[in-house]
Amino acid sequence: MRYHIEGTTLFDGDQAQKGYALNRMCFSFNSAENRKAFVDDEEAYCAKFALTAEQRAAVKSRNVHKLIEAGGKVYYLAKLAGILGLNVQDIGAQQTGMSVEAFREKLVAAGR
Amino acid sequence: MARIIGGIGTTHVPSIGKAIADGKQNDPYWKPFFSGFDYVHQWLAREQPDTVVVFSNDHGLNFFLDKLPTFAVGAACEYRNEDEGWGIPVSRPVPGDPALSWHLINRLVGDGFDITMCQDMLIDHAVTIPLSLMWPDFNWPVRIVPISINTVQHPLPSMARCLELGRSVGRALVSYSEDKKVLIVGTGGLSHQLDGKRAGFINKAFDTHCMDRLAHDPEALAQYSILQLVELAGAQGVEFLNWMAMRGAMPGEVGELHRNYHIPISNTAAATLVFENRPRAQRKAA
Repeated sequence: MRYHIEGTTLFDGDQAQKGYALNRMCFSFNSAENRKAFVDDEEAYCAKFALTAEQRAAVKSRNVHKLIEAGGKVYYLAKLAGILGLNVQDIGAQQTGMSVEAFREKLVAAGR
Repeated sequence: MARIIGGIGTTHVPSIGKAIADGKQNDPYWKPFFSGFDYVHQWLAREQPDTVVVFSNDHGLNFFLDKLPTFAVGAACEYRNEDEGWGIPVSRPVPGDPALSWHLINRLVGDGFDITMCQDMLIDHAVTIPLSLMWPDFNWPVRIVPISINTVQHPLPSMARCLELGRSVGRALVSYSEDKKVLIVGTGGLSHQLDGKRAGFINKAFDTHCMDRLAHDPEALAQYSILQLVELAGAQGVEFLNWMAMRGAMPGEVGELHRNYHIPISNTAAATLVFENRPRAQRKAA
């Protein structure tokens, strides 16, 4: 799909194909047992879901931009973020290069 | 016949579930949002719907990208919630209304909506949080028919198509022989974006525009393309599609009874609207 929306990657057919393995792994984190298996041996868990080298590097980096570039969809990535103890303000702050405090303030300011 | 009493639009942000579990309704951060439901509780106590048709989007509990329907209608006797992976409490199961589900399915397909039929369907926070907000004692006195709209993977159905889906549901309800009171609910939104450099995007002016037009001029909103909606409401603000379907399912004279709009709840502009659906005035005496 052709588009340009600043700072936005549409999760379209191209992204969905690219990100399938990564998103499938994140989907598995609905199960507490699977979350524990990931924490116990991250490398082995990524291998089990056949993540690409780019996806493995993105997971290792904990960098949300890289995870999205590797085809990650935020609803699935949020399940990975949950394991890492990050909420949507934390990942918002990381993606915008702000402190969590400044990001929260930006949200509050949007209401004024 | 089924009587459509009205519609409710509400945000379904997951952290609301945590706030409820932790009893934070009166905290300064949460009070402006939760107090917007006082009216809803009074209205529901007065109207007492039997069944709720809920338009929402799954976030990766019931559906995955392996098989992702654009529109799916639940036809289960009971809908369970399960662990969604990020620590919000699992809700109690909700009874279904399979007879009504199959009536809607038959009419929708007959009307050109080639929906997916689901006799087994998990409901995620997009259904359980609105129920918890509407009936906070968790004694949900209703059956549900969940209708899932894809807001996850593009191409998404258009605003106009979702309005038409709702209209088809509305016509089907009016033709239902059993006497029951039905509430329509649309969940999610309003403007928000979780991903990318534009994370934290909120658009109060556009949300207000949408809320102001939903009751009386949904056709104006149906003109927006999905790309325009992403740009104006944010990448996840496309959940407004559920609100369009909710509006479409009210075939009568629609009036806004109540509105609460508060920024922010988590990363989202939170909105709660209540609409009444009055039968259209008869042109001639019966």
